Amino acid sequence: MFIIDCPWCGERDQSEFSYGGEAHIVRPVEPEALSDNEWADYLFMRKNTKGRYLEQWVHSAGCRRWFNAVRDNVTYEISATYKPGDSAPAAEHAEGTS
Amino acid sequence: MAKQGPGSGTKYSVWSLARNALSHHENWTQAWRSPEPRPEYDVIIVGGGGHGLATAYYLAKVHGVTNVAVVEKGWIGGGNTGRNTTIVRSNYLWDEAAHLYEKSLKLWEGLSQDLNYNVMFSQRGVMNLGHNLQDMRDIYRRSAANRLNGIDSEVLTPADLKRMVPIMNTSKDSRYPVLGASYQPRGGVARHDAVAWGFARGADSYGVDIIQNCEVTGIRRDNGRVTGVETSRGFIKSRKVGVVAAGHSSVIANMAEIRMPVESHPLQALVSEPVKPVLHTVVMSNAVHGYVSQSDKGELVIGAGIDAYTGYGQRGSSEIIEGNIAAICELFPIFSRVRMLRQWGGIVDVTPDACPILSKTDVKGLYFNCGWGTGGFKATPGSGWAFAHTIAQDRPHELNEAFALNRFVSGALIDEHGAAGVAH
Repeated sequence: MFIIDCPWCGERDQSEFSYGGEAHIVRPVEPEALSDNEWADYLFMRKNTKGRYLEQWVHSAGCRRWFNAVRDNVTYEISATYKPGDSAPAAEHAEGTS
Repeated sequence: MAKQGPGSGTKYSVWSLARNALSHHENWTQAWRSPEPRPEYDVIIVGGGGHGLATAYYLAKVHGVTNVAVVEKGWIGGGNTGRNTTIVRSNYLWDEAAHLYEKSLKLWEGLSQDLNYNVMFSQRGVMNLGHNLQDMRDIYRRSAANRLNGIDSEVLTPADLKRMVPIMNTSKDSRYPVLGASYQPRGGVARHDAVAWGFARGADSYGVDIIQNCEVTGIRRDNGRVTGVETSRGFIKSRKVGVVAAGHSSVIANMAEIRMPVESHPLQALVSEPVKPVLHTVVMSNAVHGYVSQSDKGELVIGAGIDAYTGYGQRGSSEIIEGNIAAICELFPIFSRVRMLRQWGGIVDVTPDACPILSKTDVKGLYFNCGWGTGGFKATPGSGWAFAHTIAQDRPHELNEAFALNRFVSGALIDEHGAAGVAH
């Protein structure tokens, strides 16, 4: 359990939020033009890196809006949250530990 | 050191126990060696949990491949093998999964004898409760599917449940009343540490090197083919590498630039103080999300759910435990004043269809056994057996053909969310 800083509402308990998985996966503009491999990659394949991770959250029990977070998925420390469409804050070091 | 399998060194028996008692148990030989890594092996297994050790054991026993190393970053059985709730069953819905888990259950039934090591496999039965009409329809369907696949399965009424487990709250007034259950009498529990140790001793007895405190830091490849692994104890050469790294599968896959359809989540469990025998079977409920059995020591072993967010920290959220314990206390009011001793988390690798991946990859000689998610312990022997075949023959056994990585491309998913749930 931890505190999440919603970009719209401010700091709230994690239990108010729902998780949305890896961030910055863009839905293909022309899905029918993709090969099966590319579609599988979009649909199922995830980085799932250990360490710094860019991910989506939604403030389900609050403003119900989506946003992105930079979270260390080992320490669970959230170093930044930002609105959809914004680019991720630059990493101090390379993303993930592997 | 040419050995021929479990018991070819010191055979564990009542006689060896008596003999060693005479010397005050000070002369037992080590169950397995701790060798330095050799420069090259025929096969390297990455990950010394139950599945990895079982793979090494069956590679040696079934396929005669004995020049094998199991490399483990910590100590063997220190990951999910030692963190699960030890439940074994095979009542999965779809044919592919049912056959694989049933193969495993059949291996469990002879495992202690095969390994000459008591894994304390106890077929005390497993109940999966239903709490609403749809649960019950699914239970009837799954139970029928199980029987068609030759897997024992019965449907129990609340009256049956009350007779078998008198401490269960089967009142119609409870928040989520118990409407019935599926029951697999051949299911049960096993001592999870002993499974890792038994397979380790068995593999070692065939000459397999078990190398602990040896973390893989890279997968070396040449022209699309694996050539060995970089480790914290130097480079080890091998033309075949089998990865069995559970929650850390993506970490290893990323080293070899392979994309994996898995996400790692913390899954929690907890145990109570030991109490007198009160629960003789395993009770699981997906709907209210709790499962409980009683260990031979008397502790209540309770499983909770996964955290919704991904994580590699081996701990979980308190709110998950809160919901879990609320469900357990509703089901078993008698447990409400039992004190909990320990709580922990393990990192489980969850796939989109709640089924494992036992597969070759695009890198020649690199194999993955992962994605067991929340329910891998029960599959330990079968997983190792099928993965050993896949590595030794360079092609899957018919039991694990359907569990290839390319099912996510073809779309032939095996949706076991119903039977796997998070409960295991």
